[in-house]
Amino acid sequence: MSRAATGAKPSAGNAATASGSDPMLIGEHMTGGYGGADILHSCTIAVEKGQIAVIVGPNGAGKSTAMKAVFGMLKLREGHVRLKGRDITTLTPQARVAEGMAFVPQTSNIFPSMTVEENLEMGAFLRRDDIGETMEQVYELFPILRDKRSQAAGELSGGQRQQVAVGRALMTKPSVLMLDEPTAGVSPIVMDELFDRIIEVARTGISILMVEQNARQALAIADMGYVLVQGRNRFTDSGQALLADPEVRRSFLGG
Amino acid sequence: MDFLNALVALTNFVVIPALAYGSQLALGALGVTLIYGILRFSNFSHGDVMAFGTMWVILTTWLLQAAGIGFGVLPTALLALPVGIVATILYMLAADKFVFSFYRRQRVKPVVLVMVSIGVMFITNGIVRLIIGPGRQSFDDGGRFIFSVREFREWSGLAEGLALRTTQFLTMVIALAVMIALFWFLNRTRTGKSMRAFSDNEDLALLSGINPDRVVRVTWVLTATLATIAGVLYGLDKGFQPFTYFQLLLPIFASAIVGGLGNPLGAIAGGYIIAFAEMTITYAWRRVLGHILPEEWLPDGLIQVLSVDYKFAVSFALLVLVLIFRPTGVFRGKSV
Repeated sequence: MSRAATGAKPSAGNAATASGSDPMLIGEHMTGGYGGADILHSCTIAVEKGQIAVIVGPNGAGKSTAMKAVFGMLKLREGHVRLKGRDITTLTPQARVAEGMAFVPQTSNIFPSMTVEENLEMGAFLRRDDIGETMEQVYELFPILRDKRSQAAGELSGGQRQQVAVGRALMTKPSVLMLDEPTAGVSPIVMDELFDRIIEVARTGISILMVEQNARQALAIADMGYVLVQGRNRFTDSGQALLADPEVRRSFLGG
Repeated sequence: MDFLNALVALTNFVVIPALAYGSQLALGALGVTLIYGILRFSNFSHGDVMAFGTMWVILTTWLLQAAGIGFGVLPTALLALPVGIVATILYMLAADKFVFSFYRRQRVKPVVLVMVSIGVMFITNGIVRLIIGPGRQSFDDGGRFIFSVREFREWSGLAEGLALRTTQFLTMVIALAVMIALFWFLNRTRTGKSMRAFSDNEDLALLSGINPDRVVRVTWVLTATLATIAGVLYGLDKGFQPFTYFQLLLPIFASAIVGGLGNPLGAIAGGYIIAFAEMTITYAWRRVLGHILPEEWLPDGLIQVLSVDYKFAVSFALLVLVLIFRPTGVFRGKSV
């Protein structure tokens, strides 16, 4: 990719331009909304293979909207979404799942009356091959789920439900895992635990794109951070650099 | 000895009829609850769809009888059952394609779909009356009893008799087999699980790559099958009349709601609860109590809480009570 996909942001060094090739997933110059006025304005989000990209920003900044746009749940007026270099802008969310994207919504992200194991099976619905190995990997990642495999997912605690939700998404063996505020409503201890797991997932080569309310903790584990304000890229840099940036700290991290 | 007589009378007049009626209601309620759980509306056409399926079974039965084909001691209608099921499946798939899917695509509110189903109900009702007429049809043949009152008396030497009609026995056996098959399908097969997932969380089911059109199609196929079987079993047991099937809608919905709408296990439990409630409240207990209570304790009347004409009032009252005190039903269904 020769053109700098950095949009309207001051900091240099987008992951895409730095490596010189197309990233695993990129939503480039995305402009659009839910029908009325645009919410996103030439917003660019990208994630490299096996890396963690985090979208942070104040309330109403369009964080979740940007995520939905990348996943095809929002019609773009301008801009493109590419997965492994292939333009997928016109694909439906379902088709994107088949192409290797997995999405964990913020709420209602499990099948409550079904058992944990059935939840995982449903995650692998599109697969026709043996899913036993993937299920084993999920159980190794989240050992508590193995113990609760025959329990209805709706009866689990908030943190355990999030593990089921992430496990379900992993069952398609995705190349990109997208998480919409995975730590919303869980205790700080569970949050740390979830972040650890997310890092582990990234180490297996799966790219992670997530929206987070807990900006400080999320940027700490992020390879790439995107600070959005009113649907525009405001700062884009590595997680560490953003944490160190005095302006970012003052405006978005509370000092 | 008297206690035994009371038990036999109770079994003969309450337990066996209620088990048979409850099985018929349960099968009907399963169809209603499946549509509610997966397509998310109350399908008021269900009673008349039962009549529609039963009609084709009756017509086929007559054809078979005219050709001299029978099923031995079992009713010929069982041979004709597949024809009725296929006809009803085709009818419901057509109704979905030409009527329901239009409104589903517009993502209308559930109450609109309820109204649409009432339209389908009237049309179905009209079709049935046009083809077979509004009158009463009897189509059971084969052996009438597994064992009769006389046979039981001779065998046991009791004063009270007990009979098990072939249709009652068949109803219970077939209902049990159908329920086991349905639960196996919903809990063990890929398609069945995808239907439960769709019912649980439609958006996530779509994200998981579950094909909604296929889920909807399979749901109609199952519902049509259940409706036809329920209708035929009811018709064999109590005779067929289109208006009666329309009236069945109330106890069937009461069963589904009492058990918990959207919950198949609840639909079955609800069916038996409603059936036993109707039977025990409209039964004249004098005969049973006469065996147990001393003569002087026995009141003069029939000891019947309500006359049989009011049996629908029982399901209605039970429905209201459940909606007031436990709106999601005994087995915690869902409420839209």
